[in-house]
Amino acid sequence: MSTMALTTFDLAAEPLRALNERLQAQDGPSQWRVLNPGGRHNVAVGLDAELEVELDGHVGYYCAGMNQRATVRVRGSAGTGVAENMMSGRVLVDGDVSQSAAASAHGGLLVVRGNASARCAISLKGADVVVRGSVGHMGAFMAQRGRLVVCGDAGDALGDSLYEARLYVRGSVASLGADCVEKELREEHLAELRELLAAAEVDDADAEEFRRYGTARELYTFKPDDAGSYR
Amino acid sequence: MCGIVGLYSKAPGVGEQLGAHLSRMLVEMGSRGPDSAGVAIYRDPVDAGFAKLSLHAPGEETVDWDGVEATLAARFGSARTRLAGPRHACVTVSAEAGELQRWAAAAFPSLRTMSAGSAIEIIKEAVAPAEFARRFALDELRGSHALGHTRMATESRVTTEGSHPFSTGADLCLVHNGSLSNHNRLRRVLRREGIAFQTENDSEVAAGYLSWRMREGATLEQALEGCLDDLDGFYTFAVGTVDGFAVLRDPIACKPAVMAETDDWVAMASEYRALALLPGAEDATVWEPEPGRVYSWGKELVA
Amino acid sequence: MSLRESATFDRAAIAEIQRAARTGIYDIRGGGAKRRVPHFDDLLLLGASVSRYPLEGYRERCATDVTLGTRFAKRPLELKIPVTIAGMSFGALSAQAKESLGRGASAMGTSTTTGDGGMTAEERGHSDLLVYQLLPSRYGMNPDDLRRADAIEVVIGQGAKPGGGGMLMGQKISDRVAQMRDLPRGIDQRSACRHPDWTGPDDLEIKIEELREITGWEKPIFVKVGASRTYYDVALAVKAGADVVVLDGMQGGTAATQDVFIEHVGIPLLAAIPQAVEALQELGMHREVQLVVSGGIRSGADVAKALALGADAVAVGTAALVALGDNAPELDAEYAQLGSAAGYYDDWHEGLDPAGILTQDPALAARLDPELGGRRLANYLRTLVLETQTLARACGKSHVHNLEPEDLVALTIEASAMARVPLAGTSWIPGRDGR
Repeated sequence: MSTMALTTFDLAAEPLRALNERLQAQDGPSQWRVLNPGGRHNVAVGLDAELEVELDGHVGYYCAGMNQRATVRVRGSAGTGVAENMMSGRVLVDGDVSQSAAASAHGGLLVVRGNASARCAISLKGADVVVRGSVGHMGAFMAQRGRLVVCGDAGDALGDSLYEARLYVRGSVASLGADCVEKELREEHLAELRELLAAAEVDDADAEEFRRYGTARELYTFKPDDAGSYR
Repeated sequence: MCGIVGLYSKAPGVGEQLGAHLSRMLVEMGSRGPDSAGVAIYRDPVDAGFAKLSLHAPGEETVDWDGVEATLAARFGSARTRLAGPRHACVTVSAEAGELQRWAAAAFPSLRTMSAGSAIEIIKEAVAPAEFARRFALDELRGSHALGHTRMATESRVTTEGSHPFSTGADLCLVHNGSLSNHNRLRRVLRREGIAFQTENDSEVAAGYLSWRMREGATLEQALEGCLDDLDGFYTFAVGTVDGFAVLRDPIACKPAVMAETDDWVAMASEYRALALLPGAEDATVWEPEPGRVYSWGKELVA
Repeated sequence: MSLRESATFDRAAIAEIQRAARTGIYDIRGGGAKRRVPHFDDLLLLGASVSRYPLEGYRERCATDVTLGTRFAKRPLELKIPVTIAGMSFGALSAQAKESLGRGASAMGTSTTTGDGGMTAEERGHSDLLVYQLLPSRYGMNPDDLRRADAIEVVIGQGAKPGGGGMLMGQKISDRVAQMRDLPRGIDQRSACRHPDWTGPDDLEIKIEELREITGWEKPIFVKVGASRTYYDVALAVKAGADVVVLDGMQGGTAATQDVFIEHVGIPLLAAIPQAVEALQELGMHREVQLVVSGGIRSGADVAKALALGADAVAVGTAALVALGDNAPELDAEYAQLGSAAGYYDDWHEGLDPAGILTQDPALAARLDPELGGRRLANYLRTLVLETQTLARACGKSHVHNLEPEDLVALTIEASAMARVPLAGTSWIPGRDGR
């Protein structure tokens, strides 16, 4: 991040409300450095401008929640629900992220350099998530659209009750959830994987090393023995 | 539904400041649990042949602590009382912890024993965490390690007895964030096994469960692993031991927990912001405990 | 040969066993509980005579305004009447039905509520005041709509199914519904029962702060719970920072849920309101955090009794759909073709509603004229309010909020125990003071 026109905000000195208000203002500075986030919740939520915001430390719940257009970089780890319901823009976390990262996110890109814990990309609705480390259990639970790339391993029940989201895992998968199956990694998938790895600036993993997982579509409709009789 | 904090000192300087650190962590978790607060602090281990008893007097009438001390001294030979507040006291007695606790329960029916052991002292009260920290001058406490809890009561009453930590045996206690869904049935089973309960609180059942398993010969680690089979619902537990603490999250792991470690301390909290207040937190190793796995610090988990 | 029907295995029970054996799946339907439960019909109001003085009907003022969200929000919701429209999704309902609700509610100065399917332009455009629901599924959830809303309702549960998630059968997942929900067209959609990124009141507090931070602390935050462990749930919603608690009793409707859930989970509204009010009063928050109740509200009598028990406002769902024309007698022949009859139709999940309300079929939906639907709803709401005022004036109240539990008596011991008002003609409330 260039130092030109960089605005610094110290969360140890001023309240969260003041920070979010200034970041949400449509005519404010575009480059921000936030000091002493101190694990605070709801830092840089509801942004809707082409901002570059760097958070200098760990953050708590819902960092960059519902983000639109902004690029938010966390120079530390993030708590529950980072980039929840993100619509667009980018959220980059240098450390680990807690559960429900990118929950229900509709668009944009979340990149996690460390690991993500449980329910990463739960209810994903179109965003892309790239985790350079591993993800915990129930990754991509009920994920509807979008893509999850895991450069490390995936925990139990990956892709449980998955809809149309596409999952790529380089390492091991502890177990697949209900209705999630391994699928063929075809050229178009390699192409999109390369794009995602490049977008996430992952330079130490080749697309060919990944395996693809997706929905078997077996849970899409109820299936009693005699389907005709209840319709 | 609550906030949990735990701090274990690996360096003398941290132990000197243990209460001050704990107090800040506890107050930071105040919004997760505005109803009541409590701490278990491990300090000043007594000599062999002695035991400490943390007593609380519910109700409003004044307590004759001198009389309590004299009664204990008359029975066991020696007793020394240290008041933590007008209704909270720690009595050191020349007795074995289990026997002391049983005898005291019968001798002082109006008092509640919150803990018994060689190092543990529990203070808890149904007041907001910030007020709690001020009222009991937490800042001034020193010790080797401590757990703290801030409570947002779910289904049981907001009382001092219903506050955490809950004693689970000599020098053992438990704090809980979450909500158990089979505690009523389990409480009936445990009552039949002779485990006593003071409240309708779900967390007290978890504490009672650990006491029962360990009474039956399980190590703390085995007892905690038994929780995975026998306790239904959502939980993050922290358990204080005579020389450390242990952490367990249920397999679904919805309730938060963060751990951090430096050369000087190990800490856990419901949220990172409580850990951020510790010296050197910015350079600590920080991680989230995995579901269904027992983490522990200290020399060894008690048999 | 015996002609005696079994009370245990009656015809309904036998038919359900046969249906289960045939299909291998539970029965799914719309609407609320059909069994009889203690309800407002079991309560009566004590009109004034000598000891109290009534207000003159039509002449003397009986105010009905209610403000929701006075605790933290910069812009509370100002309603002219104490009746609002409960959350119902676009998906369950046609766009025309949502527009009708907006038109009717706006005409009466009250609000409507989105549902488990996001906000449509029709309902935003035609609702002067719109409450935007944040549900576990997060279908269509986005910050632009959040900022466009007049209030935000965090949905934890609903009366028809506390502890359960939503459902929308494939027949109703049209292209537009699918697009709004980011789902493939035509699949059965079962929404989550827990929110994806928080569990429990301590985390809810943080979620509420996030919503406030995103919307500049302007909008009231409602928390909606299905009536079950009401005393605790209401207390915890307040502790988590709610401006308004929405309490939905077991008679509350649903577009599609398992019959076993609708009939067997949750408690009646009558039993839930006193618990909620008790929790609010103990926290010193009654009237500070407003209480909106729903689940079986039909008439002004129901409204007056709910307010007397301590609610600040009521919400109508099923009744509003009936007002729009659901189950209308003139459609009886068409309901018969669906194996039902006007007044009984509850297969709301199938998307074949001939009234054009509970459907996504363009031809069926086009049958509902939103202007006409809106007028019918406004008429119905106006009647509810007139009835409520009539009863309040008879009890000597110049504002409907001045109705009190002491203005009520119960006709049955059950209702007396649940509503905590005396059995008519006695001073006895079962369970009170150990009696």
